Amino acid sequence: MRDRINATARRVPTAFLYIGGAILALWLLFAAVQDSLGPDPVKALEQGLGIWALRFLLASLCITPLMRAGIRLLKFRRALGLLGFAYAALHFATWIALDMGLRWGQIAGDLTKRPYIIVGALGLLLLLPLAATSWNGAIRRLGAAAWNRLHRLAYPAILAGAVHFVMIGKVWTGESLVYLGIAMVLLVLRVPQSRRIPARAT
Amino acid sequence: MPFKSDLGWSDVTPKALFLNRRQLIAGAAAALASPALAETLEPNSLEDITSYNNFYEFGWDKGDPARHAGALTTDPWSIEIGGMVDKPGTYDLADILKGQPIEERIYRFRCVEAWSMVVPWTGFALSGLLNRIGVQPSARYVAFETLLRPEEMPGQRDGSFPWPYVEGLRLDEAMHPLTLLATGLYGEPMPNQNGAPIRLVVPWKYGFKSIKSIVKITLTDRQPPTTWNILQPSEYGFHANVNPEVDHPRWSQASERRIGAGLFGGRVDTLMFNGYADQVASLYAGQDLAVDY
Repeated sequence: MRDRINATARRVPTAFLYIGGAILALWLLFAAVQDSLGPDPVKALEQGLGIWALRFLLASLCITPLMRAGIRLLKFRRALGLLGFAYAALHFATWIALDMGLRWGQIAGDLTKRPYIIVGALGLLLLLPLAATSWNGAIRRLGAAAWNRLHRLAYPAILAGAVHFVMIGKVWTGESLVYLGIAMVLLVLRVPQSRRIPARAT
Repeated sequence: MPFKSDLGWSDVTPKALFLNRRQLIAGAAAALASPALAETLEPNSLEDITSYNNFYEFGWDKGDPARHAGALTTDPWSIEIGGMVDKPGTYDLADILKGQPIEERIYRFRCVEAWSMVVPWTGFALSGLLNRIGVQPSARYVAFETLLRPEEMPGQRDGSFPWPYVEGLRLDEAMHPLTLLATGLYGEPMPNQNGAPIRLVVPWKYGFKSIKSIVKITLTDRQPPTTWNILQPSEYGFHANVNPEVDHPRWSQASERRIGAGLFGGRVDTLMFNGYADQVASLYAGQDLAVDY
């Protein structure tokens, strides 16, 4: 099973992910323009882009734990991260242009007053330097160690995304809590073993 | 000498014109409330109104009520009317409707989530029913309760919500001529997902005040508990009047998105009391609406 996944992953080019991600975004946009997303296409598009941003980002966090289990999908990590960033940026743009209708005063007010919007915007902001340094040349210039350190920003960014999702609900929905739970588990897996389990007297 | 009308059958206003006149009246009211808004109210499509609902008894998603409400039995239906009334009892729906003039009212409907619609309700003034039942002088509030029937309302099997849904109005709000007990929309019986067979419509308040599928009405001298206020008192008050100047803690109420306006519909300014200020502002004279939100 594991070998088969690894063999398939070797054959599948990463372009496959980029193309798939682009098709999904185009399909969402097209459906929204076509008015086939129901009575509220703005919310449907906004939520669709947001939830897929979170899915791509959570998938990028799965790569390392899977590697420990012997499943090698490392070559897809950059694509997943960049897709997550692109979807989050489109989600933000949809909010500004279509949901808020470019009402700058109200947008500025929300960006400073509303905790769930602040948390979401912070998450997107944290992803910016990661997207900007996602090319091979950046790794060379920064040096692998510094680059790795910088890219640990992905952890708070993804946590912010999941918390943002939970905070939007009128009540806490099971769905958003499941996403937050997955994010927490994937983040706890980053804590070094030695620190994860408190030393116990025997 | 027997009364003889000089009006013939041809003088009866055709239904289409009658509807138009209602729209003009509603539009004029809006124009008075805000000079900038000299528009007539164009109702949302039946599809918008019946496929985009918050009726958590059937699920959390806006599409859930349309998917799941078909199983709801609305006939027979009765309402238990009690508390400080002269004629308490359990009234069959037909009995409730008896003698009440059914009218069409095209109202703006503003959800606390900052979206809005325009709905052509049919129904009668709540005051008509209350007058018939006889409100005792000590009564100051009206409490309402939605049907509790988990076997037909799948959302009610979720134990995290304090079912049944309850709402309430001050007596002067309940007696206001705009306050409607709606039994239908677009001239048809109320669709299940919109609160069949009978629901409240209070057009100057956020939508959650307009309780659906009512089975109990109680006159009381004490402010009754209301569901969203119980769940989140800092976000949802008892009054819940539409007010662009008092924000929800998590979002602005200054503007709203119109359902049906499409992807590029943008936002419109939210009107004080949802555009019904001329009719209802006097009810709240002397009240600080930022405190009594």
